[in-house]
Amino acid sequence: MTGEWQRRRRVRQRLDRIFAAVFLLAIALSLLTLVVLLWDVVRDGARWLRWEFLTSYPSRIPERAGILVPLVGSLWVIGLTALIALPLGVAAAVYLEFYAGDSWLSRLIEANIANLAGVPSIVYGLLGLAIFVRGLHLGRSVLAAALTMTLLVLPVIIVATREALRSVPVSLIHGAYALGATRWQVIRTVVLPTAAGSIMTGVILAISRALGETAPMITIGAWAFITFLPRHPLDGFSVLPIQIFNWAARPQPAFQQLAAAGIVVLLAVLLSLNAVAIWLRNKYQKKAEW
Amino acid sequence: MGNAFEIRNLNVYYGQHQVLYDVNMNIRERAVTAIIGPSGCGKSTLLRCLNRMHDLQPGVRVTGEVRFKGRNIYDDDVDPMEIRYRIGMVFQKPNPFPKSIFENVAFGPRINGYRGNLNELVERCLRQAALWDEVKDRLHASALSLSGGQQQRLCLARALAVEPEVILMDEPASALDPISTAKLEDLILELKSRYTIVLVTHNMQQAGRVADETAFFLNGRLIEMGPTREMFANPREKKTEEYLTGRFG
Repeated sequence: MTGEWQRRRRVRQRLDRIFAAVFLLAIALSLLTLVVLLWDVVRDGARWLRWEFLTSYPSRIPERAGILVPLVGSLWVIGLTALIALPLGVAAAVYLEFYAGDSWLSRLIEANIANLAGVPSIVYGLLGLAIFVRGLHLGRSVLAAALTMTLLVLPVIIVATREALRSVPVSLIHGAYALGATRWQVIRTVVLPTAAGSIMTGVILAISRALGETAPMITIGAWAFITFLPRHPLDGFSVLPIQIFNWAARPQPAFQQLAAAGIVVLLAVLLSLNAVAIWLRNKYQKKAEW
Repeated sequence: MGNAFEIRNLNVYYGQHQVLYDVNMNIRERAVTAIIGPSGCGKSTLLRCLNRMHDLQPGVRVTGEVRFKGRNIYDDDVDPMEIRYRIGMVFQKPNPFPKSIFENVAFGPRINGYRGNLNELVERCLRQAALWDEVKDRLHASALSLSGGQQQRLCLARALAVEPEVILMDEPASALDPISTAKLEDLILELKSRYTIVLVTHNMQQAGRVADETAFFLNGRLIEMGPTREMFANPREKKTEEYLTGRFG
């Protein structure tokens, strides 16, 4: 009996170690791939990663080519998208969570929003082309791009915001109602401040996804070669992924390296956005400890 | 003394499931009324009928009348916000907002458009809730830094700050230690000269210590109600006697 138990224990302990190794291998493999990719990109682009690269306009001569126009274009598009998508998405989520009730219609809307989050981005690009670029005559502008991106990220923002709203303890909501608060007062003074950290995290992650989107930007006609910066929302623009794509498509090795340098810049912008998201979450979590 | 509440033929359903059956009772003004009974007897449900908290839960249906100062609070033209403004509530688990101590007390006055001196009001309510001396030096610290007992007294101060006529308490001491509980009971006795207090408790001794009147509920029905001392000494119903002597519950 005891011997049998001892033998079984050794088997169980071995299994334990095997699984620990399997899980470690999984994380090591994904991290390793990422590191190799990053290393490859940085090595290729290192030659071009200088200050002038960030401040120069595009050029046919690799030595003079810079990423200023698409960088500013991306920031414009992302900024405008955030400005439009954040209030719209949060308001829609608040409506669904606090006003819509539990009818078949709200369940239908809910299911559709979840599905919209999975629609390929090129479909949104075509939609943006039809509605914003042509229908509303916005042309190939920053605004048309931002509105298209808004369509793209809105479902994600709504889903993330609803999750955040649901995580607000019911006891707090009832506590506010019990003091005579109206529904809007409860939302404004208790629900939104408590959920703000997770809402911002969700929004920023959704928007940073939009930063890398290429297909819808090509569809609505972002410029591949443009030598001026957008000054207002109706100006033409380019974005980082398109510039990277164009450089990478060229046969000369110098442009390939420029593409690598562009990727590094894109990743830097992405990581900064994510860092802001983490910082915001920590800041609000500290304010609302349970 | 008149009645604060007159409850007539009150039935409550959660979906298909009925939880209160034909309750008829009066709750006296400026007195402490305890509602006792075993878990699941409907005592919290009854309490939540008194300030229309059930409106917030989908699937709850209430029939019958709850007359507050003569007016049925379930009439169509009654604003539930006004009802909850006049009838305060302290919950089972302390639920301070994740804001400062000051902001918690100021919350009700602020949302109801209070025009007076907020500092004075906050101090007065914290004193009434016997919390002032413990927090006066850190009014702007987070309410979540307080102990459980302090948090519950803060919630009481928060309820007092809108100057309600009634305070409903849903097992307010169930999450508290004996010392905090004793403090809370002293407070209840002090407050009853000015407020109508309805106290749900599963603790019979607590009802015996603080309540002027006690109502005993079982399986969603009011079994017996009367002056606490009388009821505890000579219960009219056999079920009440069995519960009071600890035969079940």
